[in-house]
Amino acid sequence: MRGHIPDSAPSHRLPALLLILPLGLFLAFNFLFPIGVMLSRAVLEREVPAAWPNTAAALSDWRGERLPDSGVVARFAEELRRSREDGTLSAAANRLNYDIGGFRSLLRHTAAALPLPPDRPPLEALIAIDARWGEAETWNAIKRACGPLTSFYLLASLDLRLAAAGRVVSVPDDRALFLDVFARTFWIGTVVTLACLVLGYPLAYLLATRPAHIAYPLLILVLLPFWTSILVRTTAWVVLLQRNGVVNDLLQWLQLVSAPVDLIYNRVGVYVAMTHVLLPFLVLPLYGVMKGISRDGMRAAASLGAPPLLAFRKTYVPHTIPGVIAGSLIVFMLALGYYVTPALVGGPDDQMIAYFVASYTNQSLNWGMAAALSVLLLLATLLLIGLYRSLVGARIRAWG
Amino acid sequence: MRTRSTVLLFVVAILCACSRGPEQRPLTVVGWGGTSQAAHRNAYWLAYEKGTGVPIREDVWHGGIGVLRAKVMGGDPGWDVVQAEVEEVILGCEEGVLEPLDWPALGGRDAFFAPAVHDCGVGAMVWSYLLAYDGDRLDDDPQSWADFWNVARFPGKRGMRKTPKYTLEIALLADGVAPADVYRLLRTPEGLARAFAKLDTLRPHIVWWSSISQVPDLIHSGEVAMSVASPGRLLLVNQTEGKNFKVVWNQNIYAVDFWVVLKNSPRRKEAMDLVRFMTRPGNQSRLPTLIPTGPSHKQAIAAMSAQDRARTPLAPENIRNALALDAEFWVEHLDPLTQRFNAWAARGQDG
Repeated sequence: MRGHIPDSAPSHRLPALLLILPLGLFLAFNFLFPIGVMLSRAVLEREVPAAWPNTAAALSDWRGERLPDSGVVARFAEELRRSREDGTLSAAANRLNYDIGGFRSLLRHTAAALPLPPDRPPLEALIAIDARWGEAETWNAIKRACGPLTSFYLLASLDLRLAAAGRVVSVPDDRALFLDVFARTFWIGTVVTLACLVLGYPLAYLLATRPAHIAYPLLILVLLPFWTSILVRTTAWVVLLQRNGVVNDLLQWLQLVSAPVDLIYNRVGVYVAMTHVLLPFLVLPLYGVMKGISRDGMRAAASLGAPPLLAFRKTYVPHTIPGVIAGSLIVFMLALGYYVTPALVGGPDDQMIAYFVASYTNQSLNWGMAAALSVLLLLATLLLIGLYRSLVGARIRAWG
Repeated sequence: MRTRSTVLLFVVAILCACSRGPEQRPLTVVGWGGTSQAAHRNAYWLAYEKGTGVPIREDVWHGGIGVLRAKVMGGDPGWDVVQAEVEEVILGCEEGVLEPLDWPALGGRDAFFAPAVHDCGVGAMVWSYLLAYDGDRLDDDPQSWADFWNVARFPGKRGMRKTPKYTLEIALLADGVAPADVYRLLRTPEGLARAFAKLDTLRPHIVWWSSISQVPDLIHSGEVAMSVASPGRLLLVNQTEGKNFKVVWNQNIYAVDFWVVLKNSPRRKEAMDLVRFMTRPGNQSRLPTLIPTGPSHKQAIAAMSAQDRARTPLAPENIRNALALDAEFWVEHLDPLTQRFNAWAARGQDG
């Protein structure tokens, strides 16, 4: 079949390319470029080199063991004073504060006490303002932030940090968070995808095989919530699942439980609400695929003596695999980026990576961390999907 | 023919749009929407339009210095006067995103409630976080954050904000720390350990909310017996819907929202004029009658009726044992403490 379609001649390709050029430009400028710029913040140092270019250059030659010499210190003091006046100090101070808590106020009160008195060695004068200037670690933090590239944010996203002499060490236990959150994100995504599959597969089968007067009203019931705002659907679950809600009342009336159970503001609530919100994304592609499957195979199998379940498994299920793959991939990918639903119905130990990306973006403005977490989530997701596709692809070939 | 005239019309429309010239956009003031925006509109903006003939356009935002930074970077920010939280005032002023105010023209710094004075901002309203509960559901009245922790005497869940900000302060207050010592302790490792240890003891009883708008429902449905809350909305609901929400002013944490003027505003003069108008004591006196928050001008504070004053953090009996939010602390420590707070939450009971 493929051989009969002639390759389009090169002369026809140019107009075709020109026709899609606007789309290509649109995607590049509105999608690839801004996302690329945002993600590049994960590895680029901007603030300190922008505020103190000479200090950054001078510190790159400094070994980091003893305190820097007076030339470097004098240059730093001068640039610190200038950056306070032209407004670049704030960004640099916030960047250094990510590394060492308290750096912001150190820089601000130091800058306010400048210029240094001319009659003393500059380092001694700085130490007189604040003793922390006498510690190599203070200067090392500045050196680490001098760029142009940094591993700081990516390491921090993996609960690691650079210690003295370039060794990578784990952060203290009471701050180790993100490995846990990544694991949690993928776990919640997996559970929700499986739950959607268990609920969605029979539903899609029902929709695809019943006569229209039964199937269409059911389909509307699937689509209606699909068209409803996610916020409304999530809030509806709050009403249903809260301690004095419908579900708890029912459970108590049936005497299954004696006191209200916690069904919301914990992991259970997150699973339930996310599965409900994402279910249509699995049902619809699966329904589309099932609609196109002829049931003759099952009849043939039955006529040859196969019991119904065996006939279903051997002749029907293999045809639905593309729909299962498409639906579960969509659900899984959407689940990984979920933010609103866990924020509203989960506790602090149910928040996923997107929650922290949003919090770093909006609240603390640590865009380097937001970018680093996004990059890692993106990479991990691509890796998992590649793995999934190759596994399932092999499976299909085996079935086919 | 029809196509050609359409094209012509299109070209004319584009030319008109390009050559509209330097006609100015209206003076734009930005608030937080909802009841507070309505209160500001009725207290100030309508009167200002009427008095000066300068039309005001309103916009709504939800905070974040990044938003202001982006607005100012590209020339005309499109916004002139903005209601900002204290962290945005501190950072925005340092970065040169905000216009410094002409304090003598506002009546001098001494004329205002001290925490409402900043180089780049003047207090718009004084509000607070405090303990709230439904008077119809609790027989006994809780008095303090220590009672909030007392699940034996007050059975039921507790609503708290899903962030370390306010939560750590409240934990120390509940542990018997005097308001004056809270931030001094939080700046030490021992103080932080003490706050987290106190939170550990309440952990299984806490329902964490993410938006203040969830609180009235959480309390009213009985999901939580009491919650950290902001009194404005609850007290308004009492009036409009006949609820019986009660608030405990003892140990409240109060903060100030500011009026700021953005850099690069082409209408800087009118913007400053509007800020002056909104901080004149006579005008500010209207605010507490519309929404239960405090004004910032000392004369307006003094002019409040006893009934209105009792609904603000500024009443002498309310501020006596109150804690002023230390925004400098949170600007410096928000990131590491957010990380530690979430790590604590994920570790479970034994942490």
